[in-house]
Amino acid sequence: MDILSLFVVVPILTMIGILFTKDLKGARMVSAIGMGIQLLMSFNLLFQYIAERKAGNTAEMVFTKSYVWFQSFNIHYDIGVDGIAVAMIMLTSIVVFAGVFSSWMTKELPREFFISLILLSSGVFGFFISLDMFTMFLFYELAVIPMYLLIGLWGSGNKEYSAMKLTLMLMGGSALLILGLLGIYFHSAPDGGQLTFNILEISKITIPHDTQMFFFPFLFVGFGVLGALFPFHTWSPDGHASAPTAVSMLHAGVLMKLGGYGCFRVAMFLLPDAAQEMGWLFLILTTVSVVYGAFGAIWQKDLKYINAYSSVSHCGLVIFALLMMNKTSMDGAILQMISHGLMTALFFALIGMIYGRTHTRNIFEMGGLMKVIPFISVVYVIAGLASLGLPGLSGFVAEMTIFVGSFQHADTFHRVCTILAASAIVITAVYILRVVGILLFGPVKNPEFNHLEDATWFEKVSMITLVVSIVIIGFAPLWLSEIIRDSLTPIVERLALAGN
Amino acid sequence: MSFESLLLMRHELVLLLAIVLLLIAEIGTNDSQKSIISPLAIILFALHTIVGFLPLQEGSLFGGMFNTTNIVATMKNILNLGVLIILLQSWKWLNATENRVKVSEFYIVLFSTLLGMFYMISAGDFLMFYIGLEIATIPLAALAAFNRHENKSAEAGIKLLLSSALSSGILLYGISMIYGTTGSIYFAEISQSFKGFEPIQVMAMIFFFSGMAFKISLVPFHLWTADVYEGAPVSITSYLSVISKGAAAFVFMIILFTVFKLFTPVWQDMMTAIAILTMTIGNLFALRQNNLKRYLAFSSIAQAGFILLGIISGTATGMATVVYFILIYIFSNLSAFGVVSIISAYTGKDSISDLNGMYKTNPKLSLALTLALFSLAGIPPVAGFFGKFFLFTAAAEKDFYILVLIALLNTIVSLYYYLMPVKAMFINKSESPIAYFKTDKISQLGLAISIIGMVVIGFASPVYEKILSFCFGI
Repeated sequence: MDILSLFVVVPILTMIGILFTKDLKGARMVSAIGMGIQLLMSFNLLFQYIAERKAGNTAEMVFTKSYVWFQSFNIHYDIGVDGIAVAMIMLTSIVVFAGVFSSWMTKELPREFFISLILLSSGVFGFFISLDMFTMFLFYELAVIPMYLLIGLWGSGNKEYSAMKLTLMLMGGSALLILGLLGIYFHSAPDGGQLTFNILEISKITIPHDTQMFFFPFLFVGFGVLGALFPFHTWSPDGHASAPTAVSMLHAGVLMKLGGYGCFRVAMFLLPDAAQEMGWLFLILTTVSVVYGAFGAIWQKDLKYINAYSSVSHCGLVIFALLMMNKTSMDGAILQMISHGLMTALFFALIGMIYGRTHTRNIFEMGGLMKVIPFISVVYVIAGLASLGLPGLSGFVAEMTIFVGSFQHADTFHRVCTILAASAIVITAVYILRVVGILLFGPVKNPEFNHLEDATWFEKVSMITLVVSIVIIGFAPLWLSEIIRDSLTPIVERLALAGN
Repeated sequence: MSFESLLLMRHELVLLLAIVLLLIAEIGTNDSQKSIISPLAIILFALHTIVGFLPLQEGSLFGGMFNTTNIVATMKNILNLGVLIILLQSWKWLNATENRVKVSEFYIVLFSTLLGMFYMISAGDFLMFYIGLEIATIPLAALAAFNRHENKSAEAGIKLLLSSALSSGILLYGISMIYGTTGSIYFAEISQSFKGFEPIQVMAMIFFFSGMAFKISLVPFHLWTADVYEGAPVSITSYLSVISKGAAAFVFMIILFTVFKLFTPVWQDMMTAIAILTMTIGNLFALRQNNLKRYLAFSSIAQAGFILLGIISGTATGMATVVYFILIYIFSNLSAFGVVSIISAYTGKDSISDLNGMYKTNPKLSLALTLALFSLAGIPPVAGFFGKFFLFTAAAEKDFYILVLIALLNTIVSLYYYLMPVKAMFINKSESPIAYFKTDKISQLGLAISIIGMVVIGFASPVYEKILSFCFGI
């Protein structure tokens, strides 16, 4: 078994393992072990990747394997990773690991819960290792569909509505994707050769200009729906607010990154001419996402809604930076994906813990939590500071890189967009500090809250995993940035070539 | 003609033998011995199914009236598998006291319709085709009215009979025009004597098209479907919606691809419109259904619209994707019908709201139904995803991108109603969910076969490759 396929096989084995357990204790034990192995494997992958590059392997993708699947359609099970995929796999395994510990006390149908959660994660892992668009799409759908049951069954609030809305909108996105993928597939052999779904092979040819212009919007919007591109983001606040803790973590932390990742790996990389020509349109939309999401967060009272809107803003920033199409900004975009993935997962985990204790998510009903549950509160402050971009934490690194890159464009249009998007940082500070102030400081509003208990050991595992990752990236971003930059080279070069 | 060449009709002869044996068994047993009929029928049919898979020679009989090719044999095998599953699934219902007296009728009549379908698929001329079609259709009306003391069932029988009589009339009219202008009923000769877009021949093609559209229940010829499906017993409904529809789609495709090849642009245009209508209307009506059988009826209308996406391409790839899709559709739809028929046989309930909270009491059946609905909706990892993706690929190959886009938007609508039973079973709370019951072994076997097929066929690429290799040269 090769090193990459294991990332899909281990979750499957874990799911089978859970089937043999009887109750919550067994299910969470098996999940924790399985995802722990997954986490160790992803560290191993990282070191092996760095060693491979050190040894002078300059191939675009490493650890590649290819098995023929449907011969007549030339569909392969093609896998391989570059630095970006490795980074995303790291992110996923950290968030899933933390997610398992956040759902340690799932009372209702625990086995089913963990199976769905891990099924979702196996889809995400499969997506990041795929080089063939067919298998990539298969894993993409595999990651989306468990969300329906996860939200509908274990969620809270208006869960049935949210679950259905989220599923239908994301599947709508994937419907657009199929069309785009087929469009690329049937133009992947301009001189009458074998058609292919393989991303690397298609990236070597140039698809006719008109074809690119026709299919680019389908692909970009298709992935953009998952990346919460305005105005297709409306599933996100409802979905996140209704989802159970671990699902919000995984969804905002990882699943939304599938959208951004697909945008550049498939849409922009394979259709560079169209990306150059139509980029401005989507750039406007993402600028709206960034600013609108931030303003949306200011007015919310529900902790989860605040975080969901802030996710819209931050994920908008990812696509914004990708569309700036230079190395620095795209580097920042990947860093932002990872940074946002970690801190939003941390936020949702904390919200879950606070809600589990106070049974309310309305910030005005709470106050002074710093006095009663100091551990959770301190971590909340750290997450908040990371979110508003304090130096030393991951958010700063990402946003700094994005805006440095964006400002390299000297024309008015890009400057205006950049300035508008940068202003969202200030708004972020407003809503983060507002929540921190109301929630954590001041007098304890509800006398019953005086007896709340601080974090338990499994909650600490979840929090510490995420905080440590955020701090490591904040203090030592260069090694990560290095890996990403090298892997961005072919994409940026291809885009630059199309621009001229 | 020698004895060996008769073996080209292997599928038909073995099935006929089974029918005759069952008839003898029926005559030779008294009332207390009737319980051997069902096992005998199933064993005979299982043998017949196995014989169908033995390697075979291609060739034609009776001066080209009857053709056997690998792809035709594959189609028959697919239908055989489907019927076998239905037989297993209908075990419990058929052995209920009120049906015990007419068990042999069920098997004999059912096998006769299948025999008709085999002749229809193998036909090399319009006479054989029409005879096969009628053998396939008329007994079906008897089956639909199987619970003849129930008004709805009797009504279903009459409706099916009348609407198929009408469609046969239209079909015959088209065939007579073809005979009148070409002087032949043989497929091979007709296709050669078509020279251009002769209006009367195009008209004949349109009549043929409409006649078949009745059988496959394409919009606007679908109105009989929901009532008949609702009234007929569940096993017959599943037979109508998968086997009968599948066979009609097969022969429809073969005749369009061979006889009416010249008119491809004409029927492609018609088919685009009809495919869009069928998918959209089928889906929109399915949204509002609460009765599970009506619900699956409209879902099967919508699925027929998707089948057209593969036919429309007019290529070998398109043909292969259609055969592959129907194979998958048979397994997925039979899984869904299997669960519905088990529930209705044990509890007598058949509406979506009855499913509320069923996961807590009957988790295995709920999971089976969920997987089946996911497969029908085209969600991985079940096979429906592969079937639909390939149909889209076949249509996109011939640049029907707009049609594909509309079909894709339709899949979103369909996802909504395919999730409704899932929501009922997993999420909705119920005061009185369907109580736990133990399913008998035979029904379990029938359900298990269809579920395994549904899960495995998607990943098993050799199945598709084999079908494709048979399709070249049609």
